[in-house]
Amino acid sequence: MSKYLLRRTLISIPVLIGISAVLFTILALAPGDPFEELATNPNVPAEVRMNLRAKFGLDDPLPLRYARWVVSMMRGDWGFSFVSRVNVDTLILQRLPATLIVLGSAQLLAVLIAIPIGTYSALRPYSFFDQAATTLAFIGFSLPTFFTGLLFILLFSIHLDWLPFIYRADISATGWRWYWEHVRQAIMPVAVLGLFQAASMTRFMRAAVLDVIRLEYVNTARAKGLSEGVTLVKHVVRNALIPVVTLVALQIPTIFGGAIVTEQIFRVPGIGSLLIASILANDTPVVMAVTFIFSCLVVASNLAADLLYGWLDPRISYR
Amino acid sequence: MDERELKTLLDEVKSGRLSRRRFVQTMIGLGLTAPMAAHILASAGVAQAQTKWTFNPTKRGGGGLVKTLWWQAPTLLNPHFANGTKDQDASRIFYEPLASYDPDGNLVPVLAAEVPSPQNGGVSKDGLSVTWRLKKNVTWHDGKPFTADDVVFNWEYVNDPGTSAVTIGQYRDIAKIDKLDSHTVKLSFKTPTPFWSAAFCGPTGMIIPKHLFQPFKGDKSREAPTNLKPVGTGPYRFVDFKPGDIVRGELHPTYHVANRPFFDQIEMKGGGDAPSAARAVLQTGEFDYAWNMQVEDEILRRWEQGGKGRADIVSGGNIEHIQLNNTDPWTEVDGERSSIKTKHPTLSDPAVRQALNVLVDRGSIQEEIYGRTGIATANFVNAPARYVSKNTKWEFNVDKASQILDAAGWKRGADGIRAKDGKKLKFVYQTSINAPRQKTQQIVKQACTKAGIDVELKSVTANVFFSSDPANLDTFPHFSTDLQMFTTTMTQPDPQRFMDQFVSWEVASKENKWAGRNPTRWRNEEYDRTWKAAEAEMDPVKRAAHFIKMNDLLIQNIVVIPVVFRPRVAAVSNRMRDVVQSGWDGDFWALAYWSKQA
Amino acid sequence: MAARVTSRSVPGGLAVAASEPRSSLWRETGRRFVRHRLAVVGSVVLLAMVIAVLVGPLVWRQPINEIDFKAKLKGPTWSHPLGTDDLGQDILARMLYGGRISLAVGIVAMLIAISIGTAIGATSGYVGGTLDHTLMRLTDMFLSLPGLPLLLLIVYLFRDALRKALGPEVGVFILIVAVIGGLRWMPVARLVRAQFLSLREKEFVESARSLGAPPLRQVVRHILPNSMGPVIVAGTIDVAAAIIAESTLSFLGLGFPPDIPTWGRILYDAKDNLDFAPHWAIFPGTAIFLTVLSINYIGDGLRDALDPRKVLGK
Repeated sequence: MSKYLLRRTLISIPVLIGISAVLFTILALAPGDPFEELATNPNVPAEVRMNLRAKFGLDDPLPLRYARWVVSMMRGDWGFSFVSRVNVDTLILQRLPATLIVLGSAQLLAVLIAIPIGTYSALRPYSFFDQAATTLAFIGFSLPTFFTGLLFILLFSIHLDWLPFIYRADISATGWRWYWEHVRQAIMPVAVLGLFQAASMTRFMRAAVLDVIRLEYVNTARAKGLSEGVTLVKHVVRNALIPVVTLVALQIPTIFGGAIVTEQIFRVPGIGSLLIASILANDTPVVMAVTFIFSCLVVASNLAADLLYGWLDPRISYR
Repeated sequence: MDERELKTLLDEVKSGRLSRRRFVQTMIGLGLTAPMAAHILASAGVAQAQTKWTFNPTKRGGGGLVKTLWWQAPTLLNPHFANGTKDQDASRIFYEPLASYDPDGNLVPVLAAEVPSPQNGGVSKDGLSVTWRLKKNVTWHDGKPFTADDVVFNWEYVNDPGTSAVTIGQYRDIAKIDKLDSHTVKLSFKTPTPFWSAAFCGPTGMIIPKHLFQPFKGDKSREAPTNLKPVGTGPYRFVDFKPGDIVRGELHPTYHVANRPFFDQIEMKGGGDAPSAARAVLQTGEFDYAWNMQVEDEILRRWEQGGKGRADIVSGGNIEHIQLNNTDPWTEVDGERSSIKTKHPTLSDPAVRQALNVLVDRGSIQEEIYGRTGIATANFVNAPARYVSKNTKWEFNVDKASQILDAAGWKRGADGIRAKDGKKLKFVYQTSINAPRQKTQQIVKQACTKAGIDVELKSVTANVFFSSDPANLDTFPHFSTDLQMFTTTMTQPDPQRFMDQFVSWEVASKENKWAGRNPTRWRNEEYDRTWKAAEAEMDPVKRAAHFIKMNDLLIQNIVVIPVVFRPRVAAVSNRMRDVVQSGWDGDFWALAYWSKQA
Repeated sequence: MAARVTSRSVPGGLAVAASEPRSSLWRETGRRFVRHRLAVVGSVVLLAMVIAVLVGPLVWRQPINEIDFKAKLKGPTWSHPLGTDDLGQDILARMLYGGRISLAVGIVAMLIAISIGTAIGATSGYVGGTLDHTLMRLTDMFLSLPGLPLLLLIVYLFRDALRKALGPEVGVFILIVAVIGGLRWMPVARLVRAQFLSLREKEFVESARSLGAPPLRQVVRHILPNSMGPVIVAGTIDVAAAIIAESTLSFLGLGFPPDIPTWGRILYDAKDNLDFAPHWAIFPGTAIFLTVLSINYIGDGLRDALDPRKVLGK
């Protein structure tokens, strides 16, 4: 197993380099311009725009720009944003806390809801509980987050006036109040995102448990005289967790850059909104840095998932 | 309207028969800008009214926190690098210009002791120089005094090509600046300059401190730490800035206006979209002010009924208009579409243009979509009756369009689409992504279909449409469709800059990498001549007459079809006082005077 | 499948098993499907919706873009059974027209994602070794790609070419389903691979192997049916996601023109008037919900029909 781990880690390096080259090319070729606002401003002469483009090396040939990027990354210089003229790592670090708090909690919430409900649904398929859970899950993922987010805002902020709906990363209060304020404003985005992801995860969990529960070794375990609870945990859930582990591994990178709509609606200053704003503004250094981190996370999470499979089901081996 | 008629109008203002405000509105209706009208009035010696503030505090501060919301988040705090009004507005919390433009287009002194004029000798008769007297006892946030050195430095900073300042356009006409004493500067222009307040006034005129930026001129400009931690002369001092998220400031205890500002802290949060920002002010009251409410008026009115806030609407210079292509976007010549070597097959027929002009239902567009936030226009609004010319009023008449087309030989084919000599009336009509714009497109399309014109709609994401990327066909300078619609974004006080969108040497083409400012590619000798004459004309009345003539040429030749005037709309909490917006300056032009009822 | 083969075999075994008539197997599957009540309901609902969007516009003659400001934002009435939007356009007509696109996009994109994902995941999980490695790294790369710039780029590069070749509507359609489907196959691939890794070693597969079944047979008849669980769930989720994704594309100017009323688009247009005219949003939302629900039950029915170890005793 450790040989496998070593091999995989070593291979990750050229893989990441390859991915970064593809990413860079796509970004360079995509239409759009970081200095577009200046285009409609009659007071900005064309030379200034051309000058800015040349200054940031936007008109240089592609391989040259890529090489420059790789070299600076290796030196620890993550680049300089065209738009805000700030170091990219500063920008990312500023956004990290909000991202981890809101999006991390949403993921956790999703997993905590999905596993028990999915399992219980599968144990009593087509019962009232199962039907209710299924319907709720379907409503959950048929409605896009921009919609459910708005519904929540209408209900909790506007109608009931219980919760603020604009997220503020810096709250000037101390002690208990500080925690309470943070929780209050995080409830809605966490709920919207968490419930959306819980909806699909519950369905996967249910399907996985259903598949496993019919297999012979479960009957064998029961026949051996193991209690239902032990059977459940040691045999059923462990094996059913395989698809769930796959899913969670796929979701971890999305914490980093994927909850764009939720961040947009609640104005959570997370990395997702940084990414989308930079993409729309064609702020290539920021987009490159964020997507590169993203791809590292993808590679790492899938590696972790592969290792976990071996632990969950000892028969899985890697030839 | 010509020069003589203009002079008559001026006399009416001087004698009190016509109010100043009506005069300004008439000028706007003729295609001029309020600041220009104000210039005319000032040169004629008509006194300007001061903006009155309702609340005059007796001490500084004590007002707590004011929370403002911009749905485009600011990304930098150096006004000379601003990418759009969001950055200018964020900078305006900390920095100030020599003078601002009030809602009527008058100059109001801020860092200047008074506004220069021909009467007080500040503006020279030959138009070659302007002398500004600076306010004394103004200090920067770090305590150092503000002097003439700072003003001179700003000009050097901007003029240095290595700095790549976006404000350079306003300072290029200055040949040199002389420091007459510690608080007086004299600007000398290269050629006689009628609109002398381009430099140092309004949002592009903010002044940055020499003692902090001196080491960072030219190529080093991006490294200045003060780019992110501004030190200015404004009512608030810097506290915190997270690009793309939030800007925070606190009261400046030695601000140069007594007993101001009212608030102790200010917060400018960014991100999200316009409707939710409107909700935050009008429905939940979480915020006190929200910028640029591009929301359907009907929805705003509904939310105003909650009683927490209102939509504040003020007119500026923006006109939402439809451009008609003079060249053929569907034929490629030397790898270029919409090349100046081609002529548009159907839009070159004046009858087609006339028909299109009466097919735009401006009335419905105003009432149903924009409401108070858009005023139907053909560039003649609020003009005193005798100056309204018959063929420049707007109208909507599908039958008339059909008649015009029939008379010109465009007969309906079997598919219901009109054609003549084998050419069909089929157009592709593009604009940026924006709900009111899409609805406007649908309304126009429906009317055109009834008259036998086939219209295909296209919408392009804003940051691509307004981009300057030479390789992208979807940008508005490329104009690869037959019709396109938009509004210009930043305010320009001087119509010279607005009207150069139609001069022949600015035609956007492959040669100039589509950086030319004339997307319609219209060329007209008379227009070119008149523009050049206006550039050098020192008499504001004569100059105004030139602009009016240019506007008439545009309207009569139907180079563009104006749709609605777009005033500025902000959402303001009902408890705020003295939040006055100016259509010719940034939202924070009078930030120091804002206050709130308890 | 393994159980059935064993029960019908006689000594000298495989020959008999191999000569089973194909049709009765399918008929058997069909019978099992029909016994799954909810699957039948699902099929009926889906069929009804498909017929409605195909035939509806021919029957219900209200135009989809007749702007009538006097009738704006009205609730359901006889002349407008689903109400009107803020330009006074009839919502029922718009939903019937846009439904064709939404359903087509949803289902086709889902099928693309599922086919590619299952093919890659199955190959990867079964064969293992270097091939598995390469395919999974390819999957990692696709997962890292930022959706939006890629979309912008692809649409920008190919839109005009497709438009010329196939006409504006079909061209855009192909582009959209390719893009949406092409970016959703990765989770399916990973899930299927995980199933294959685990099932590859299970007893019934081992017995099939020891009986001499060739790899393809093992995969198609033994492993694949048992891996369908997550694939079906992914399929239903993908349909909803594809319908919504199309509206996001339209919002960015990359999908269908903004005046084409796909369900996702109607939902998006309705969102600012939620507190005032909820009917505008409720109908497209419900339509998407029903589509997804019926596909899910159909999927459940299919899985149970293909697998002898039924879940329900009913």
